Amino acid sequence: MSNFMEWVDRRFPATKVWNEHLAEYWTPKNFNFWYYFGSLAMLVLVIQIVTGIFLTMHYKPDASLAFASVEYIMRDVPWGWLMRYLHSTGASAFFVIVYLHMFRGLIYGSSREPRELVWLIGCVIFVTLMAEAFMGYLLPWGNMSYWGAQVIISLFDVIPYLGPILTEWIRGDFVVSDATLNRFFAFHVIALPLVLCALVFLHIVALHKVGSNNPDGIEIKDNKDENGKPLDGIAFHPYYTVKDLVGVVVFFMVYLGVVFFWPDGSGVLLEKDNFAPANSLQTPPDIVPLWYFTPFYSILRASTSDFLLILTVITGVAAVATFFIDTKRSNKISAFICYALLAVGLSIFDAKFWGVVMMGSAIVVLFLLPWLDKSPVKSIRYRSMPFKIAVGIFVIAFISLGYLGMHPVSELSTIQAQLCTILYFSFFALMPFYTAWGKTKPVPTRLT
Amino acid sequence: MSSNEDSTNENRSRRRFITGLTSAAWAVGAGFSVTPFVLSMNPSARAKNAGAPVEFDFSKLQLGQMVKVEWRGQPVVVLRRTPEMMSGLSDVTNLLADPDSVGSVQPTYALNAARADTDRNDVLVMLSVCTHLGCSPVEKLAVGPDPEMGEDSKGGFFCPCHGSKFDLAGRVYKNVPANKNMDIPPYQFLNENVILIGDDSARVS
Ligand code: HEM
Ligand code: FES
Repeated sequence: MSNFMEWVDRRFPATKVWNEHLAEYWTPKNFNFWYYFGSLAMLVLVIQIVTGIFLTMHYKPDASLAFASVEYIMRDVPWGWLMRYLHSTGASAFFVIVYLHMFRGLIYGSSREPRELVWLIGCVIFVTLMAEAFMGYLLPWGNMSYWGAQVIISLFDVIPYLGPILTEWIRGDFVVSDATLNRFFAFHVIALPLVLCALVFLHIVALHKVGSNNPDGIEIKDNKDENGKPLDGIAFHPYYTVKDLVGVVVFFMVYLGVVFFWPDGSGVLLEKDNFAPANSLQTPPDIVPLWYFTPFYSILRASTSDFLLILTVITGVAAVATFFIDTKRSNKISAFICYALLAVGLSIFDAKFWGVVMMGSAIVVLFLLPWLDKSPVKSIRYRSMPFKIAVGIFVIAFISLGYLGMHPVSELSTIQAQLCTILYFSFFALMPFYTAWGKTKPVPTRLT
Repeated sequence: MSSNEDSTNENRSRRRFITGLTSAAWAVGAGFSVTPFVLSMNPSARAKNAGAPVEFDFSKLQLGQMVKVEWRGQPVVVLRRTPEMMSGLSDVTNLLADPDSVGSVQPTYALNAARADTDRNDVLVMLSVCTHLGCSPVEKLAVGPDPEMGEDSKGGFFCPCHGSKFDLAGRVYKNVPANKNMDIPPYQFLNENVILIGDDSARVS
């Protein structure tokens, strides 16, 4: 065996990579529940790719055949139903895991120096994952697939001048049609999975360069023994490989439980209108996207002309408030100009335009997190009260937006969504202030 | 790599110039090579040709009845409006965002409150495509209270996607996500019962 490894190592850095990234990769010894989700996300990526390959063996990316081919997979292909349910439930599981994974980054300050690139690559993964899920959802060519694609592609219509050309280019037709289905298949099955794998690789490379953060939010590299090994570090393998396996077992219990006993999630995981084939004349009466898009969808729906008036007032107040903030004069002036321009823009462009802009911004603000957070400490364990309250409000607002987005609009729900939209954006816009406000607890020098 | 002679100023600026020139040539080449890939995603010749006008015999419709006809893959509403529906149009003017359809799309012969050919202005021929994000609004033809259209609805269309409301001429209400009235396609009457959607070339205007 050792002779064989020597032979390999002279030609390929197998042992070197094994040691650097597993056997001698030092990881904080205090990882908790929240640290399961990175490895689980990788597991689900593999599940999606494998089940996807087997679905592709029977699926037909043709508008006249697609719906029937999915029925065929469900009814006639041996174990086809299992492949499909593993894949459809896997998509939802992916988002549950990624949302929890991102939330961990938020509460432990993992996005901050020196892990900004880990976070930024993560955000690009999130956007790619949304594109992957959206395009996959068109493939069964159900009525919800069809109208969901119609709405989301139309979002690009609001871009001045370019919009109509761009939407035609995306659809490859003047309406969502066979051409659209065929290209979404190409993106969903090959282009985006390749991009995702490449991004996950970069995510891990960036993480291993700086090392993991941990629930205490302090650097284990600050305390090393004479050999340069962090005193509070343990080898990733075998300690965390084994711990992650426990996570995998629990994950499979939940995931397979859903796959076998509740595959449609009572209309949340597989929507009932999607059991009818695409009909270009009839929008489903209660059209909603899948649950993982609904928080952003609610923000889109919240944009009405009344709401824009309120936002104009808020930005006006913010513009004036900049003069009372204790900061450099040049900062004040540039902040004032930004707010003033925003207020003008809010009164020029209409609600449709701003709905799309707000939905996009709700994702863009995630990228800014490492620079918005000004707290002297990283982990929520030592942060000041205002931060904890803000996180609480943010979680409630985000879940409420998701809930509202799963139901048809009414006057009341529009107002609720508007309130939550304001809370969502305030969480980020006010972050530089409340993170610096209040008394933080003293941070230990070693892991607890 | 760099011997002493190579790092003289003259050589360095020459090299920088040549590197710049080569990169620029590569960039232009890359631009040209990407173009066919990008353009291959545009609508194909087949997609462009599939736009034939469609005929519809609306004598099949009762007064106050509506159907959706498919034209270019999109739903077109054909509605025979009752006198009550027609008079309702002027009652809602104050609630509309663009009552005179100045910012909306329609042929000139339909640029009026009923948004229809004045010869037969009870017949509404309209693209049933919400001007927000393209869903097909649901018809709410009945006059009277409606959960979505409000207490004293005069009838109209309600978009299930994000709650836009339109009147029975497809004119959009204020304070909803959509910002324009729904489009009126070109159309003409072939005889007193048959309508041709998508073509108005025989019309004498
Ligand atoms: C396909 C999706 C993803 C995969 C496979 C993935 C994988 C991983 C893995 C294996 C780790 C190390 C284990 C752990 O800390 O849990 C990690 C860490 C991290 N990920 Fe991801 N990730 C994904 C998406 C994201 C997204 C969407 C974000 C944020 C926008 C993100 C941000 C981070 C951060 C900040 C860390 C470092 C956490 C720390 O050290 O405390 N990741 N990721
Ligand atoms: S598509 Fe009709 S309201 Fe959005």
